[in-house]
Amino acid sequence: MLGVQNISRRTFLKSAGVTGALVLGANVTTGSMIGTARGQSNGSSVKPNLFVEIADDGTVTITCSRSEMGQGVRTGIPMILADEMEADWQRVKIWQAPGDETKYDPAGKDAQNTDGSRSTRHHFDVMRELGAAGRYVLEQAAAKKWGVDASEVYAKDHRLYHTGTGQWFDFGEVVDAAADIAVPTGDAAPRLKDQSQWKYIGRDMPVVDNYDMSTGGATYGADISVPGMKIAVVARPPVYRGKAKSFDATEALKVQGVEQVIEIPALSDAMPAQFRALGGIAVIGTNTWSVMEGRDRLVIEWEDGPNVRHDSGTYNDELMASARAGGLVIRDRGNVDEALGSAAQVMEAEYFVPYFIHTPMEPPVALVDATQMPVKIVSSTQAPNETRQYVAEALGIEKTDVECQVTLLGGGFGRKSKPDFACEAAILSANIGAPVRVQWTREDEIRHGYYHAASAHTLKAGLVEEGNVTAWHHSGAWPSLISLWNPVQRTGHPLEFGLGLIDTPYNQVPNIRIENGETDAMIRVGWYRSVNNIQHAFAMNCFANELAEAAGRHPVEFLLELIGDADVMDLTADGVEGHWNYGDAIEDWPIMPKRLSNVLRVVAEKSGYGKSLPAGHGLGVACHRSFHSYVGCAVHVVVREDGSLHIPQVDMAIDCGRYVNPEGVRKQMEGAAIYGHSVAMHGQITTTQGAVDQSNFHDYTITRMDDAPLDVRVHIVEDYTHLRPCGVGEPGVPPYTPALVNAIYQATGKRIRRLPIGDQLESA
Amino acid sequence: MISMKINGVSRQFHGDPDMPLLWYVRDELGLTGTKFGCGAALCGACTMHVDGEAVRSCVTAVSEADGSEVTTIEGLDAEGNHPVQRAWRAHNVPQCGYCQSGQIMSAAALLNENPDPSDEEIVDGMAGNICRCGTYQRIFAAVRTAAQEV
Repeated sequence: MLGVQNISRRTFLKSAGVTGALVLGANVTTGSMIGTARGQSNGSSVKPNLFVEIADDGTVTITCSRSEMGQGVRTGIPMILADEMEADWQRVKIWQAPGDETKYDPAGKDAQNTDGSRSTRHHFDVMRELGAAGRYVLEQAAAKKWGVDASEVYAKDHRLYHTGTGQWFDFGEVVDAAADIAVPTGDAAPRLKDQSQWKYIGRDMPVVDNYDMSTGGATYGADISVPGMKIAVVARPPVYRGKAKSFDATEALKVQGVEQVIEIPALSDAMPAQFRALGGIAVIGTNTWSVMEGRDRLVIEWEDGPNVRHDSGTYNDELMASARAGGLVIRDRGNVDEALGSAAQVMEAEYFVPYFIHTPMEPPVALVDATQMPVKIVSSTQAPNETRQYVAEALGIEKTDVECQVTLLGGGFGRKSKPDFACEAAILSANIGAPVRVQWTREDEIRHGYYHAASAHTLKAGLVEEGNVTAWHHSGAWPSLISLWNPVQRTGHPLEFGLGLIDTPYNQVPNIRIENGETDAMIRVGWYRSVNNIQHAFAMNCFANELAEAAGRHPVEFLLELIGDADVMDLTADGVEGHWNYGDAIEDWPIMPKRLSNVLRVVAEKSGYGKSLPAGHGLGVACHRSFHSYVGCAVHVVVREDGSLHIPQVDMAIDCGRYVNPEGVRKQMEGAAIYGHSVAMHGQITTTQGAVDQSNFHDYTITRMDDAPLDVRVHIVEDYTHLRPCGVGEPGVPPYTPALVNAIYQATGKRIRRLPIGDQLESA
Repeated sequence: MISMKINGVSRQFHGDPDMPLLWYVRDELGLTGTKFGCGAALCGACTMHVDGEAVRSCVTAVSEADGSEVTTIEGLDAEGNHPVQRAWRAHNVPQCGYCQSGQIMSAAALLNENPDPSDEEIVDGMAGNICRCGTYQRIFAAVRTAAQEV
């Protein structure tokens, strides 16, 4: 329960040119107390963090405090409020909030960082309550104007109707009478609409930015300029934590448009990388091309530092050895050793997944004006408050002296929650005394990123005579993303275990042990769409498929037997303590094997699994729970004589509980299949003597239309829509790769255990 | 001096003739609808039309466009209602939207050249444009729809 307060008389949000407006603010954490808008001096009160404004022309402006990166958040979350308020969507505008976690994340849950596929589930209830409050106040205002009891008034489609006479007001017409109407709380709080009355929630809605995005009018990070602004690119150390020993800028400064060359201090040895600037040599000027040309003419001598020993050839072998060794037991059910000892057959397989890099189409970019207080940032960031925090640190000022405006993001995928690029712009702006936009090139993005952890996995299972699995042992090793804060971190972290490993869903297996081996991080490791779920889903779904074959069983039936149909899988029964459940209470979002089995059954049926296929064709399935959602995937593959692939059809079944915009869910699943296809076929970052080998789309290949699945059929499972909303942006990616790999096996008899698939089939 | 018409407006450029059209248009003229994605003609985000042909403006020097008619996404249609743009909206193509200016310019050029492309010709014609969000299925459908109108 939250309280909502009418703050019309003291709000800062009122639209320019509007003479009167009803503004409601709510605080999502307290439930009882609503505070004042910013600008009021009452420091003891809570600040409202969600806003809706109704102007006297009827325009409804809804605040979106999370970043839009293609997942549809600027549409989905406002839809909830508009529905509950009975607003007409055509008259709704979205206002993008700047970074301010005191308002937009008062509970300290996510620092307003758009990440973890959590925006809908964390906003669904509060947006409904705020919408209901808006409807309540408008109804009261109309009643006041008519001099009737409010029970005779109802809101519908942006109008307030009087039941007796059929008279109506437009929303805008009652705003003048609404300013002093209080919103009751507790038992008297405005009632939510019955689900049968929903008009937007659960219905298809095009994204609010559709027109702008089809006409070049949408604004991204590099599209905003300010007077006096300079543009900079930075030459960074090729090896992580390297430094510039010396540089010569003579030739760079001769390029027309280049004005200055400045060193950004290297990350000091004592400092964890976190989201700080890597350091390097910045070329500053008036035009993006000029500074890129200037950078090419820099002569720099680098000192590589200890990570020069980071060579993928040996590092990947070490990772596999570490997985074999295991060591840290994170889940232990029954007695795996005993069960393996008494098994009729013991199966083993090893899987490897390399580093990936995000490659959002818009490379990182940030504009910072540090010439005045407060310092102003404009950035396409997922994390406006961490951007403020790190920029403040870089400048030696308080975070409260830094503002961050959020533009649209040209893709994020986790890269843009790490504001090292804004730190660079801040340092340069302070240094030269002018606003600076730092533009990363594609080469910068690929060579100086935060890489999805490479990982090695050894799996072992015991089968008894009847073909049942009695023991499951999975040991994984990867460099931990916690190394960003703790450089000597050698094991994984509960946050990574929770990404589809510790919660391995084969609940019917009586003996399960999951281990984690140690390794060093020698590169910046960071989260990437779906994070470690990708490799975990890959290894376990592929291994389960191998077991099904060894047991002579139907792969879908076999997998369904491993998962079972229990309501809930309780990890504490297996001795797991401190399970990280995507930051949420396990009671609210439990692990539900029956929902996983359900999506698997759906895709098996929809894809016609088991139908006879021509030679060279294969149909593979996989399923995975991540971000609380359950996704089943079936991939139909055709492997041609030359080893090239064609994907005639993909079926994706998602159970994300309550959903808001089914069109948005379908788009995320379609995109996830294609994102997954890039992971499966092409994704690979390697290093030689510490430096990343790849540099642009010619050697870091992304799936294009000519190798993409173009018939992705999305099946939104309705069985559990009475349950809480779950994630949608990320959960579609993990099951795609194992479904494809299992399909390839059916088509060719070749097991792919190392990603990317690349040219492995050419030699088949 | 280099002269060209950009979206119907005559422009004179006095700077470095090697400057790519992308940066002239974005940084000097402030037309930001065209996007930077790779700088190497690998992703298509910067696609513009020069005398009706789709070019990757990140590797096309302004000197190569001397005397030409250049069209950017802003100039494709005054109301933003080119058949390709309408089809894009009808199919709800965009996710993040960043690559879509380039996708739309490629599709418009493709249909200009070949108003009735086969499925294969659509795929071939659009394979130069990367969309990281993975909107290809809808792009494909939108191009087909637009082809019925041009």
